[in-house]
Amino acid sequence: MTTRVDSPSLELSRVDRAEVAEYASLYDKPLLELGALANERARREAPDGVVSYIVDRNINYTNVCVTDCSFCAFYRRPGHEDGYVLSNEQIGAKIEEAKGIGAVQILMQGGHNPYLKLDYYTGLLDYIKTYHPIHVHGFSASELDIIARVHKLDVSVVIDELKDAGLDSVPGAGAEILVDDVRDRIAKKKIGTARWLEIHRAVHERGLLSSATMMFGAGESREDRIEHMIRIRDLQADTRGFTAFIPWTLQADGTGMDGTPETTAAEYLRTVAISRIVLDNVRNLQVSYVTQGPKIAQVALHFGCNDFGSLMMEENVVSATGTDFIMPRSTLVRFIEEAGFRAVARYQDYSPVDPELDWYCGCAVCLQRSRA
Amino acid sequence: MILPGATSGAGVVPRTPELMSIAEKVEAGERISRTDAIALFETDDLLAVGSMADLVNRRLNGDRVFYVANQHINPTNVCILNKVCVFCSYGVRPLADDAYTMSLDEVFEEAEAARHAPTREFHIVGGLHPKLPLSYYTDMIRGLKERHPRVHVKALTAVEIAHLARIERCSTLDVLRELQEAGLDAMPGGGAEVFSPAVRSTIADRKLAAEEWLRVHREAHGLGIPTNCTLLYGHVESAADRVDHMTRLRELQDETGGFSTFIPLAWHPDNTALGRQMGLEGQRTGGVDDLKALAVGRIFLDNVPHIKTHWIMVTTKVSQVALSFGVDDLEGTVVLEKITHTAGADTPIGLDLGEIVGLIRDAGKVPVERDSLYNPVGELSLA
Repeated sequence: MTTRVDSPSLELSRVDRAEVAEYASLYDKPLLELGALANERARREAPDGVVSYIVDRNINYTNVCVTDCSFCAFYRRPGHEDGYVLSNEQIGAKIEEAKGIGAVQILMQGGHNPYLKLDYYTGLLDYIKTYHPIHVHGFSASELDIIARVHKLDVSVVIDELKDAGLDSVPGAGAEILVDDVRDRIAKKKIGTARWLEIHRAVHERGLLSSATMMFGAGESREDRIEHMIRIRDLQADTRGFTAFIPWTLQADGTGMDGTPETTAAEYLRTVAISRIVLDNVRNLQVSYVTQGPKIAQVALHFGCNDFGSLMMEENVVSATGTDFIMPRSTLVRFIEEAGFRAVARYQDYSPVDPELDWYCGCAVCLQRSRA
Repeated sequence: MILPGATSGAGVVPRTPELMSIAEKVEAGERISRTDAIALFETDDLLAVGSMADLVNRRLNGDRVFYVANQHINPTNVCILNKVCVFCSYGVRPLADDAYTMSLDEVFEEAEAARHAPTREFHIVGGLHPKLPLSYYTDMIRGLKERHPRVHVKALTAVEIAHLARIERCSTLDVLRELQEAGLDAMPGGGAEVFSPAVRSTIADRKLAAEEWLRVHREAHGLGIPTNCTLLYGHVESAADRVDHMTRLRELQDETGGFSTFIPLAWHPDNTALGRQMGLEGQRTGGVDDLKALAVGRIFLDNVPHIKTHWIMVTTKVSQVALSFGVDDLEGTVVLEKITHTAGADTPIGLDLGEIVGLIRDAGKVPVERDSLYNPVGELSLA
């Protein structure tokens, strides 16, 4: 029953500790048996042996941020000489480059920059949809929160405005670990668990899909991770708005958490396998080759994962910690196929790319825009 | 109960009847056939293969995972096969700008690192130098043994032994005898590559043929010198080539029992002629293939006591996961690895013992520090 300053009116429902303990006991299973359990679940979700991936580009429109998360090496405080905000034209040029390699979306995320007002975001989205139309997967819950707070608006109003201006889906970033004791240690100024969940509920209610991430290996307990998964599962039971769960591990180099012991590959595989089992109502589970490397990402396809994530043309946030696994499409496809699966390029809603489609994206939200 | 399959320890049930029948053989402790091994390479059921390998490994090694504190010494990169072995980026011609050959004093100086480290083994391999005589190596081994009496010397692949026999105009058995007299404790398993004549003529034409490689190892075993054996995978070889290669190893092992460890080596294409030709520079073997090479090796080579994952080649992450796929040896704290790193390996050039022990424990296993001969050496060097 935690409450936080950012959302004093929000109360979290109680999580069943016995359930948490039972799922956490899965960590004690032999690794391969756990993997086989997760696989069984995954094959129920995707019986055709398809592993999907998306061609897209990250665009980090600003690195200015006031949230000071100790695990982040990307942000700069306002006034710092390395701080930047990209112009619409710079963003447009990046989109055209991305389209040149067949990108079907841009992932737009940035710092929590209080100098950017709602009209910056709506103006940018409008500019993109007018001059460089593409699916915009953008603005995670904590970014939506700061826009709402800057304007003292209800976050639903902000989501409506952004959706009208061209926002097509919302990334699941900023979830970290959805347990406030952990957040208080690693991301004290970031929105709390209840607010993160409230915003995703609002996103789903406004007709947009989102994903959910989990950043683990930040000193949280295994039970904390299970609690995180249960929070996502319970919201999903209400809204059905999460497309995928994307667990990844803290990359501590160059951050305020430098020196945190690295999560091992075995622990990563156990955790993805358990998330496949707990999140029985979320269809897709994504590997994190950026943090685990392509070899372990490929192995994770046998531990319940069915999506290889994004063929990122540009990635600034994790690579700011020195982690660099960006790979060409041919390599990504080879890794999926060699693991025994069929590689299929997808849209943000996980439907397969239709090369015949006469529109920039085949997801339901974008198709609706094509008819408007 | 919210969880299915809550009981554990039963292993992973294979998804196909074919795999099921192989699993039954493995469970019964029967040897698997060539066809079985090819099926294991070709199946998509990775976890079932891993589970069979895990069973075989547990019977042999329990929960123990071995590691050794070792130091690599590569005395020369001059190699008369520098144009022959197109998969290699290490060997150079004698007059190349980056050619080097260490004097014995330089070798001893480099080995001084062992004095301040818990080193238990020198792993010494290098190019086939056209001039260096056998005495260079026997003096080196004697000198190292004098200076570091508690450090084992594991030195010279079968290819280097055969080369020295040619230079000295004597038999390989003579070379082995002299090396043993000088203090050689064990021989590494390099140079085996893939025995298939077709593959060999593609990647290492005119390198020591399979029969010769096997003969040198047979001779070493006859003298009581334990050796390792390897398979270089991830280039032009097929699953059948891999299995045929392992068949030769299994046959020799039935005869001599002299192999300690099987080590599949993941090919690194960067800066190699073959990598350029195949357009594979920058590419790596997949983690799934890395695990399969180890796991199928464990199941097929039922008479070889240990399977080693070479983290330098496959990353520490894959090596840790491999401990659930039949592997019981995590190599060591390689000091100064050069050969794979010239072919683009982006792994660290050394790991400390604490890190190795941590990875093993996190995999649910019991770390055991060993010497070259797989004798446990206790907690001594963990201080």
